[in-house]
Parts: sequence; C-alpha cells; structure tokens
Amino acid sequence: MNELLMLFGIFFKVGLFTFGGGYAMLPILDRELVEKKKWLETEELLDYYAIGQCTPGIIAVNTATFVGYRRKGILGGIVATLGVVIPSLIMITVIAALLSNYAEIDAIRHAFAGIRVAVAALVITTIVSMFKKSVVDWLCLIIFALSFALSVFAGISPVFVILAAAFLGLLFGTRMKNMKEDAKDDPS
Amino acid sequence: MILLEIFWEFFKAGLFSIGGGLATIPFLYDIASRYDWLDAEIIPDMIAISESTPGPIGTNMATYTGFMAAGVIGGIIATIGEVLPSVLIILLISKFLTAFHEDSRVLCTLYGLRPASLALISAAAYAVLKASVLTLETYYLTGKFIDIIDLKALILFVCLFVLRLFLKKIHPIVFIIFAGIVGVVFQF
Repeated sequence: MNELLMLFGIFFKVGLFTFGGGYAMLPILDRELVEKKKWLETEELLDYYAIGQCTPGIIAVNTATFVGYRRKGILGGIVATLGVVIPSLIMITVIAALLSNYAEIDAIRHAFAGIRVAVAALVITTIVSMFKKSVVDWLCLIIFALSFALSVFAGISPVFVILAAAFLGLLFGTRMKNMKEDAKDDPS
Repeated sequence: MILLEIFWEFFKAGLFSIGGGLATIPFLYDIASRYDWLDAEIIPDMIAISESTPGPIGTNMATYTGFMAAGVIGGIIATIGEVLPSVLIILLISKFLTAFHEDSRVLCTLYGLRPASLALISAAAYAVLKASVLTLETYYLTGKFIDIIDLKALILFVCLFVLRLFLKKIHPIVFIIFAGIVGVVFQF
C-alpha cells in the first residue's frame, strides 16, 4: 500500500513538473527513480523509453505503466498512470473552462493569433529534426510522401494511413539495410 | 451517446498515434472533420495550451477536446480513452520486454510506421500553418496575390523558426509567451 502511494506521488510530481511531454520527463524520472529510489538503472529507463516510443500511445504514460508494473504489478501500473495524468487533467479542465468564457476578449484573440504562429514554427522545427531519424532511405521517403498526400489531399483517416504503413514496413522492412541501426536509436 | 463516441474516438487516437504527443494532432483534425464538438480553427490554440501546461501533450489535448465536447465528464472520458490503449499494450508486452524490443518484425513495422507518423504530423502542421500564416480566404475574395499570406504573421514565423533552429535548448513555452505578446502588441 505504501509503495503504491509512493508510486502515485512520484508520477504525480512528474506529471506536474514536466512541460512539453515525454522527452522533458526523462531527467526528472532519472533523478526520482534511479538516483533517489534506486528502483531502476538508467539503462532500464532508456529501454522503457525506447519501447514507449515505438508502442502506440503517450510516451509518458507508457513509461509510467512500465515502472508501476515492475514495482507493484498491474495495480502499480494503473496507479502510476493515474499519477502522471491527473495533474494535467485538472489543470487543462480549469483552463478550458476559463478560456471558453474569455475567448471573445480582443487582447486574448490577438494573443492567440500570435501564439498560433509560434505553434506552427514549433511543430515544423520538430518535424525537421525528426525527419532524419524517421526517413532513412527511399522506401521511407515514399511512405512519407504517400501518407502526406493521402492525408492532405484525400482526407484519408490517420488510422488507415498507420495500418497501411505498418503493413508496408512488415513486408519490405527486412530488405532495407538502414532499418536496424535506425530502430535502435536511443531517445536521449 | 456522446460520451461513448468521445471514448471511442480517443481510444482510436491513443491506439494509432505513434511517437509521442504531436502524433495526436492528426486525430484531432480528423475528429473535427467528422463531429461538431470541435472547431478545427481552435486546434492550434489547444496545441499551444497543451505545450505550455505540464503533463503529457497527448492527454492534455484529449482532456481539452473532451471538455469542449461534453464538459468535465467529457474531459475525463476522453483522457481515459486516450490512455487506455497504452496501459493495456504495455501491460501485455512488459512480460517479454527485451524480446519485443529486439524482434525483427517489430523493428520492420516501426521502420514503416515512423515516416507515416511523421507525414501525418506534417499534414497537421500544414493545417496549423494555414490557420496562422496563410490567409487563403482573403485571397479567394480579393484575388490579389499579396493576400495569400499574412505578412506580419510570416515575419514572426520566419523569426521564430530560425531562432528555434539555432536555440534548441530554449523551452517551447518561451516562444509561445513571446508570440502571444507580439500578437497583442502588433494586433494580429
């Protein structure tokens, strides 16, 4: 019971203090789980991370479930996940409620018009830096171009794009020599 | 039943978004195109809020959308839907974790998934760019070439883009706040 509370507390802290999602979480997790609690080795944490990146869903949640499961089984996994999610759940609900009341104020409209530009710049620079790691050869480039075109011009559901790409990868992946070294990339 | 629909849509988003928070964005646009809970125009604002509040970006966006669709309960249901696939999958694979990570079929699937996921994020980025820098509607009205882009926004975009490429260590929230101030001062 005590350890469940501790799991919840640690991941609550992680959820409360990491801005910007999965990658920002790594240093805090390293300090809390590896240095303070000595529950894990840094290498294990990186392994969880790598798996979190390649399994569906949210990297932060994947890592929380992993660590929680290791300590306290299924219940531990669920408790750690709740811990990481609850702080932002509360905060976003409050912000969303406030914003829907104040969205008509001029200053807020202008601020968000500016912020939208920043979002475009942030997302596109992230894409640029991810491009080299994801698009490693011509087959990847074809998958990238096809997926982009299907999504933008044909409005195909992202679910089908992902399923088709997984199928193509499974079918042709072994023939591409770049596949292995790329897929073992560390997130750090 | 709107709560069931919310749950199902975010369960799909959680299940098929691979590689972190931004991968959720294409699903938001997909949801906005099929339901009236969510206006595609506010998606960039939601991304900004999700990036500038603590916690995983993917769950932040789920909470926000769910709240817009059906209030506090909607936010909670959307978050549970988004998180559940990750928890289930991690609990399933944590038994044979290293084997999973080294399996060549897993590596092949990933090899195909990465460029597709990046392409979906790029398509979403194009939508954000359209909402912030391009003013196609004005162009269709006036037919003047100069009206395709919002000049003020373009200048801000280029500045932020270049700054972000060179100053990778600066946190996204700094860019978001700065752009918000610029938006208010220069009446975006």
